[in-house]
Amino acid sequence: MKIHEYQAKELLRAYGVKTPKGVACFSVEEAEAAARKLGGNTWVVKAQIHAGGRGKGGGVKVVKSHDEVKFVASKILGMQLVTHQTGPSGQLVKRLMVEEGAHIEKELYVGMVPDRTTQTICLMASSEGGMDIEEVAASAPEKIHKVFIDPKLGLNRVAALELNKKIGVPPEAREKGADLFEGLYQAFIDTDASLAEINPMILTGDGDILALDAKMNFDTNALFRQPNILDMRDLDEEDLAEIEASKFDLSYISLDGDIGCLVNGAGLAMATMDVIKLFGGEPANFLDVGGGATTEKVTEAFKIMLSNPNLKAILVNIFGGIMRCDVIATGVVEAAKQLDLTVPLVVRMKGTNEDLGKKILRESGLPIISSDTMADAAQQVVEAARGGQ
Amino acid sequence: MSILINKNTRVITQGITGKTGQFHTQTSRGYANGQSCYVAGVNPKKAGQEFEGIPIYGTVMEAKLETEATVSVVYVPPAGAAAAILEAVKAKLDLVICITEGIPVKDMIELRHNMRSMNSRTLLLGPNCPGVITPDELKIGIMPGHIHRKGRIGVVSRSGTLTYEAVGQLTELGLGQSTAVGIGGDPVNGLKHIDVLKLFNEDPETDAVVMIGEIGGTDEEVAAVWVKEHMTKPVVGFIAGVTAPAGKRMGHAGAIISGGQGTANEKLKIMDASGIAVTRDPSKMGSLLKSVL
Repeated sequence: MKIHEYQAKELLRAYGVKTPKGVACFSVEEAEAAARKLGGNTWVVKAQIHAGGRGKGGGVKVVKSHDEVKFVASKILGMQLVTHQTGPSGQLVKRLMVEEGAHIEKELYVGMVPDRTTQTICLMASSEGGMDIEEVAASAPEKIHKVFIDPKLGLNRVAALELNKKIGVPPEAREKGADLFEGLYQAFIDTDASLAEINPMILTGDGDILALDAKMNFDTNALFRQPNILDMRDLDEEDLAEIEASKFDLSYISLDGDIGCLVNGAGLAMATMDVIKLFGGEPANFLDVGGGATTEKVTEAFKIMLSNPNLKAILVNIFGGIMRCDVIATGVVEAAKQLDLTVPLVVRMKGTNEDLGKKILRESGLPIISSDTMADAAQQVVEAARGGQ
Repeated sequence: MSILINKNTRVITQGITGKTGQFHTQTSRGYANGQSCYVAGVNPKKAGQEFEGIPIYGTVMEAKLETEATVSVVYVPPAGAAAAILEAVKAKLDLVICITEGIPVKDMIELRHNMRSMNSRTLLLGPNCPGVITPDELKIGIMPGHIHRKGRIGVVSRSGTLTYEAVGQLTELGLGQSTAVGIGGDPVNGLKHIDVLKLFNEDPETDAVVMIGEIGGTDEEVAAVWVKEHMTKPVVGFIAGVTAPAGKRMGHAGAIISGGQGTANEKLKIMDASGIAVTRDPSKMGSLLKSVL
């Protein structure tokens, strides 16, 4: 789960991480009032959306007067902000943050993620702040320094100070840098974060260290014990179909293609998308109905797929194990009847009660194309989507 | 022989009284030698009771001492699953298989730290995995037993249904399995591809291995490099998620491309360069394996 920059900063401040003063705003009037309240003569107006790359997309502006604050706020609020992470249609900006301007002497990078290989928490930092860490990793990997933290031991002060030295923090500011790392680590652990990034972390002219930007994602498996984090969820930032699917315990991800797929199991669902692509089609979604799909769940899954205007055909791929093919077949037939299905439907079923499942499909009178292998099913559905029926 | 489990393995079920634990204990017990292999259940609140004739103990240690079981399977819900695994580790079982999906990553990192600092020799399979099966001997987990057939092909995979798909194809081609192992779809887990490949390499009853991976992490790459240098048996592979977008979690908590790492194409490239025959068509996993025998 993702949160906004202003929420991440608020959270980090509670752990002693210093940030510029800022105010979250939902209107132009609030933005102007925020600038007056913050005082000073330079402010930064920042679009609050979950995607990165906001600056390049025109969602972050430095302004020097209250009139400019109003003007820029009115431009940014309500804009479709397009960044490399939003897709071509962009994301509607509904929230802003107005922040006091900061004097940047040097930009640095700090990030934290669980490390799969060492099975620890990885704190990484770099002298190359302000740019994508992936770019740094590709162009100058020697400039990324890492400390691996065992959660039972916590972040070692000496290691934190040493890391500051490695990324070029001057000696007099290293204690402050180490404090920031410790605050970040404690926040990360306490909130079950899955990613935290301060990019840039800045050295100011007067020797301070601030988090100028902040990004935090959280482990969805741990939200049951993180009610305060869950409260920060912003549904406006999430895909409607994905929200709807999650209500029915379906794992759904919207994609750009036109062939819907309904599969049991995450690995098989990915493989089904891949085989559609292999035969020249484009998947419209990832959809795992899970191990305990019922007729109701299958019907909901169909509704969600059909809400996509680009959809041209559907492939159902089921390997019946604990889940029986006849149950899925009944669900498919029910859904097709209820929803007055107009796009071609290819069904491939294998495993437990396969014959019974196929019989149910055959006797339904519906124009369902039945198939025995994943490759054949993919070819059939790609052809059907092209209107080659 | 086989790897990890066989007909003489004695199994404790942790979380035997929950709905999932009950259902899968019943079906696993009905497979091959299951009746004599499932010897104990654990639930601190129901110690002294029975589940369909299987005695329930208050702790894993008691269950082990009373029954000489060496393996446990965990169906405990996510919030308590890591603690359940740790209990089995402290009881020094040989193998713990955790089926539970949805365990917080932090709990797994702490558990793995504890296992390291105890120098534990207990092997962990999973979490978020279908389990392990040695056909015609013993099934521990949630896979459909009837699609398997006894034979000499090893299967190792991060995904459940994709494993069944591979097993189904092998069985249709007349190729039975020595053992099929699901290592699970979580980012922080126990046995990895490389560990299971090592076991298959040493197993005299395994002739070749199907290795199935998916996007996220670098476990497949690490395994491939090991295969190139040490594996004496043919390995074929498939990686799911060539079409998966970056930054999106594809169902499994561990199936996510992050920071440009963990793409299917990168994994396939390294596997191919390591002498693993790979296919991009998941319906060809079985026939590809047959072609390398």
